[in-house]
Amino acid sequence: MGLLAFFRSKPTSAQVAKERLRIIVSQERSKRGGGPDYLPLLRKELLEVIRKYVNVSPDAIQVNVEREDGHEVLELSVALPEQPSP
Amino acid sequence: MAEIIVVTSGKGGVGKTTTSASLACGLARRGKKVAVIDFDIGLRNLDLIMGCERRVVYDFVNVIQGDCTLKQALIKDKRIDTLFVLAASQTRDKDALTEEGVKRVLDELAADGFDYIVCDSPAGIEKGAHLAMYFADRAVVVVNPEVSSVRDSDRILGLLSSKTQKAEQGNGGVKEHLLLTRYSPKRVATGEMMSVEDVKEILGLDVVGVVPESMDVLSASNAGIPVILNEQSDAAHAYDDAVARLLGESKPLRFTEEPKKGFFARMFGGG
Repeated sequence: MGLLAFFRSKPTSAQVAKERLRIIVSQERSKRGGGPDYLPLLRKELLEVIRKYVNVSPDAIQVNVEREDGHEVLELSVALPEQPSP
Repeated sequence: MAEIIVVTSGKGGVGKTTTSASLACGLARRGKKVAVIDFDIGLRNLDLIMGCERRVVYDFVNVIQGDCTLKQALIKDKRIDTLFVLAASQTRDKDALTEEGVKRVLDELAADGFDYIVCDSPAGIEKGAHLAMYFADRAVVVVNPEVSSVRDSDRILGLLSSKTQKAEQGNGGVKEHLLLTRYSPKRVATGEMMSVEDVKEILGLDVVGVVPESMDVLSASNAGIPVILNEQSDAAHAYDDAVARLLGESKPLRFTEEPKKGFFARMFGGG
C-alpha cells in the first residue's frame, strides 16, 4: 500500500449504490417498452461477433440506450475475460 | 375542482402513510378541505396514524358497496375542521375495490367541495396500488435514499406514466414529485448514503420534500398525532415545506446538510 493507493481512493458506498442503480434503472426502463425493440437482437448478434475473437460469457455484454436531455446514447459495454483465450 | 394526490412508493415501509397523514394535515391546516383515503384494503393503518382508529364505523368498501353513505363513513378530524379520513376496510376480499366504485367516491368528494383528496397507496403494484393512482392528478413518490426503494420508485413511475387515467387520455399525464424520507445528512456527508441530488439524477424528477430521519416519526405514530403537528420537530417543518411546495410556493430545501460545528466544537469534539 503506497502513496498511489492512498490517492486512488475507493468509491464510497453511496457512489457504488448510485452506479448500480443507474445501470439497473436504465436497463429496466428500456425493457419497459421505452427502449427500441432491436436491443435484444443487437445484443445477440454482437455477442456472436465478439465470440469469434474473444471467448466472453453471454452476460459479459451490456447494451443500453440512455436518454440525456434530448439525445439518445447507445451504450455498449463488453467485459473481457482476465486471460485472453489461446 | 378537487385535486387528487396519490402518495405511493412501490416498496413498503418507506413512509407512505406517515406522509399521507402529514400532507393531508398540512393542506387542511392551510384552510383546504381535505379527505385522506386509505387504499390498503385488508391492512388498515392510516386510522392509527391519524389517531381516529376508535371512531371507524364504516369504511371505504362499505361506501362502495352501498352499506352506508359517504358522509357516514368520513371521519372528521378532531384537530382540524376541514380534514376527513376514510378508513380502509379490513376485508380479505381483494376485489372489494372496483374502478367504478373508487371513481364514484372520488366524484362525490369532489362534488362535496373537497379541495384535495389524498390517496394513501398500499405497497406493491397490485390492485390497491393501481386504483390508488389511477385517477390521480398528481403523485408524491415517497423514496428512501436506498437501492431497493429507488428501484421500486422507478417501477412506480413507469406505472404512473402508463397505467393511469391521465396517461391513457394523453393530456399531460400525472404530475410527479419525489419526497425523500429517512434522510440522514450526516451519512450523506460521509458517503454512506445517496444524496438528494443522486436520487434526483437517477429518477429524473423534481423533489417536493426531504424529510430527515427523526425519532419524532415513531413518537408521532405511537401517539396517533401526525408528525407535522409536532412544532418542535424538523420532520414537521420538512413536511410543512413540502405542503407549501405542493401549493406552488418555492422554498429552498432544509435539513439536507449537517449543521456545521463551530471551531471549538471541532477542536474539542463537542456536540
